[in-house]
Amino acid sequence: MADDVAGRVAGRQTGPGAGQRPEPAAGPGHAARGAVIRDALGVGIAVGLSGFAFGVTAAGSGLSVAQACVLSLLVFTGASQFALVGALAAGGNPFTAAAGAFFLGTRNAFYGLRLSQLLALPKAVKPFAAHWVIDETTAVSLAQRDRSSARLGFTVTGLSLYVLWNATTLLGALGAEAIGDTAAWGLDAAGPAVFLALLAPMLKTATERAVAVLALVLGLGFLPVLPAGVPVLVAALAAPAVLYVKGRGERARSATDEGRTR
Amino acid sequence: MNVWIAIAVTAAGCYLVKLAGLLVPAGALERPLVRRLSALLPVALLAALTAQQTFSSGSALVLDARAAGLAAAGAALLLRAPFLVVVAAAVAVTAGVRALGG
Repeated sequence: MADDVAGRVAGRQTGPGAGQRPEPAAGPGHAARGAVIRDALGVGIAVGLSGFAFGVTAAGSGLSVAQACVLSLLVFTGASQFALVGALAAGGNPFTAAAGAFFLGTRNAFYGLRLSQLLALPKAVKPFAAHWVIDETTAVSLAQRDRSSARLGFTVTGLSLYVLWNATTLLGALGAEAIGDTAAWGLDAAGPAVFLALLAPMLKTATERAVAVLALVLGLGFLPVLPAGVPVLVAALAAPAVLYVKGRGERARSATDEGRTR
Repeated sequence: MNVWIAIAVTAAGCYLVKLAGLLVPAGALERPLVRRLSALLPVALLAALTAQQTFSSGSALVLDARAAGLAAAGAALLLRAPFLVVVAAAVAVTAGVRALGG
């Protein structure tokens, strides 16, 4: 999946020409390092600025400025932050709300696996680097051709994104308090728009679309009857359900194929 | 207080899961089923969250200006607009529809 994100982020966030990076020589030369930094900053700045949307959404959902800022400082994985804030605004209990955010964050473990091999970080650095293991840093690192460029890309993306995401969270939260009624400005649509923007590039095959549709039906269907925060966890079951049905279909097909060859 | 509990649990959980990826030996999570599930889990969660935060108010299903905003975001995505433009389109259209009394 990180490969998909790599393509998506490199393509979308840094615009056309991102793929036309100059060929690095044996090691990353001066120009190549410049290109890595440019790509990394492009992603870091574009996504970092969207911390503003998070700050506004958090404050509009009833969180204090301090709570919004602590989330960005300590959680630092956008989708989970938006999910938590949305679940709390809906009146979910803190543990169901945290569970939804946690499940969204589990993909970072798989990014970490890839990065661990790619970056070959010293043991002492890992606990610090871990905080920056997110969609964007993984995408930029995986797009590089050698270890030293990957390390540079990871560091520059992580640093620029972390600094900007936190600064804009603060500005957004303060701004929302000054604005007052954030809904009148349409700012309650920022959260779902962020989710949709993250979701869209993932819907590549029929499997992903089936999961999305089933999750949508479960998420909305159970909303009126289950406590806040729980329906989204029920909707998460769409993933194993679709995999199970697909696996059965494949097994049935291979069984008939075997029958035919016999 | 509840909000701070949720923040603490989320921060700890999200950090540990990131760290786990860097620390576990390669191959431990590389089983095909685990990989496919981990790729599909965000799809399910994001789809449900998008729908819920667009079409609900508390525990009631509603259709309001946010639906128009989300449609605008969808159109922007189809036009391959950058992330910030997608979000801005949703916000602007939602505000516009509300201002018109939608």
